[in-house]
Amino acid sequence: MAPVIKTEKITHIYSAGTVFEHTALSDVSFEALRGEYIGIIGHTGSGKSTFIQTLNGLIRPTSGTVFFDGTDIRQSKERTRDIRFKVGLVFQYPEYQLFEETVFNDIAFGPKNMGLNAHEVAERVREAAGFVGLREDDLEKSPFELSGGLRRRAAIAGVIAMRPEVLIADEPTAGLDPAGSSEIIANIGAYRRSTGATIIIVTHSMEEIAQNADRVTVFDGGRIVMDAPPAAAFSRSDELSAMGLGVPAATAIANRLRARGLPIAGGIITADGLRAALRELRRGAGSA
Amino acid sequence: MLKDITLGQYFPDDTVVHRLDPRTKLVLTLVFIAALFVARGIVSYALMLAALVCCIAASRVGARALLKSIRPIIAVIAVTAALNVFFTRGTPIVRLWAITITREGLIGAAYMVTRLVMLISGTFLLTYTTSPISLTDGIESLLAPLKRIKLPVHEFAMMMSIALRFIPTLIEETDKIMSAQKARGADFETGSLIRRARALLPILIPLFISAFRRADELATAMESRCYHGGEGRTRMKKLAMSPGDYISLVCGAALALAVVLTNMAAP
Ligand SMILES: Nc1ncnc2c1ncn2[C@@H]1O[C@H](COP(=O)(O)OP(=O)(O)OP(=O)(O)O)[C@@H](O)[C@H]1O
Ligand SMILES: [Mg+2]
Repeated sequence: MAPVIKTEKITHIYSAGTVFEHTALSDVSFEALRGEYIGIIGHTGSGKSTFIQTLNGLIRPTSGTVFFDGTDIRQSKERTRDIRFKVGLVFQYPEYQLFEETVFNDIAFGPKNMGLNAHEVAERVREAAGFVGLREDDLEKSPFELSGGLRRRAAIAGVIAMRPEVLIADEPTAGLDPAGSSEIIANIGAYRRSTGATIIIVTHSMEEIAQNADRVTVFDGGRIVMDAPPAAAFSRSDELSAMGLGVPAATAIANRLRARGLPIAGGIITADGLRAALRELRRGAGSA
Repeated sequence: MLKDITLGQYFPDDTVVHRLDPRTKLVLTLVFIAALFVARGIVSYALMLAALVCCIAASRVGARALLKSIRPIIAVIAVTAALNVFFTRGTPIVRLWAITITREGLIGAAYMVTRLVMLISGTFLLTYTTSPISLTDGIESLLAPLKRIKLPVHEFAMMMSIALRFIPTLIEETDKIMSAQKARGADFETGSLIRRARALLPILIPLFISAFRRADELATAMESRCYHGGEGRTRMKKLAMSPGDYISLVCGAALALAVVLTNMAAP
């Protein structure tokens, strides 16, 4: 299958030619397939946020090319703008970007910029609000009357309302309580199920990746150093911890048990997987 | 783009100039500016220019960064120069219809431009080599005598350092909000003037809200650490004059004296 998004050796240098020069990305080549769910992890400053902003053309890499559906996103001015709607990007702490008087108007900002008519805009807003679980009466409120978690969901709806084919989110659960976090992850999952969109999520939660992602891409010092299914990536826990990253709690427990000599299978990344492995172990011990 | 604004930016380094006490640098800058305004004649100017170039070289700031700081006011410099060239009376050298260019006009303009460029480079050298915090510490310390007449010197300095501290934060924030709205298809570059002004709302509103939120948080943080103004407050970093500071001040005084003397010697 052809990738929906592809980068070819992109390098990005901030403030090139000054004392503040900093290479944030070097030679990053990456592919995302249609409908794939990709988790991006990496230490602070490893270039994750820079990378995802190159995917919708907000950051123009110093060198290298970004492709959407096989063509360069910089092919023409119109295309660059069009890509913004096809590759939806939710920034970190997106609730700080709300500005309209009502939640409805704020979610409508993207669709309006797409040039849709009032009827279509309203339809998009209702649909997006549905995905994130905003009620009809919330839509008429000021964004600042909502709770923190709901405000974040309103901001995410503002991007979903453009019906992007690729939805990218930068640490969408940062600073939320566990219930709020899993709600957001569920919202994004619902959008993916109903539209078949590709999802790319930057996160510091290994659990989130273990539960949802098809693939995890690890950034370190502006390079992709690992790109594998979660089970394979988390089996290299020594390498990850050398980069200042962890593994899911279930993997860590399995590793500790194995170190104590219990014959536990590899590739455990979720609590369910761990439970199954422990049952298996007990059954084995019982029959022996 | 927004990041490229160098206005008053500090370039951290560890040179002789960076290490000077902020009070020394403030006083020297003031002396320099004053000398610049009394200086007359080529000898004075040459002296001042030599002193400035030495300081710039010692600071390792680089001529490029300094020239960049002059760019925004090039128009002002050009107009000043033009006024000088066209409206100074004296010995005419070029005459075109109503326009007369005089020798005195040209010389005057040359001096004026040199003076402005040196003035700006000098003051920028101060902000390039002194962190905002030590700059305000220096100002507070120099203005301390005014506390006697009940002027809120400490509060003024605190306000200034907070403002300086938050300029980069606000610029960064503006950048972020702009990117986020662009990701939703906001367009700041095309359309009529009114359209473009309206397009700024999605940036300005979140920016103001976050500035107020920050101010509020900062006030709470300061209060919870028992900040209560300047009364009885001690410092973590006490300003201390080193031998180098005294030597620099003596050099500054010598320069000023030399300028005054050459002025008197000049006809
Ligand atoms: N606008 C900018 N100008 C200069 N340097 C920048 C800019 N934005 C980011 N950087 C630098 O580029 C590097 C990569 O930053 P980036 O924000 O992509 O990291 P990140 O992986 O998202 O980190 P985090 O987990 O903290 O969000 C960092 O060292 C950062 O300091
Ligand atoms: Mg980031």
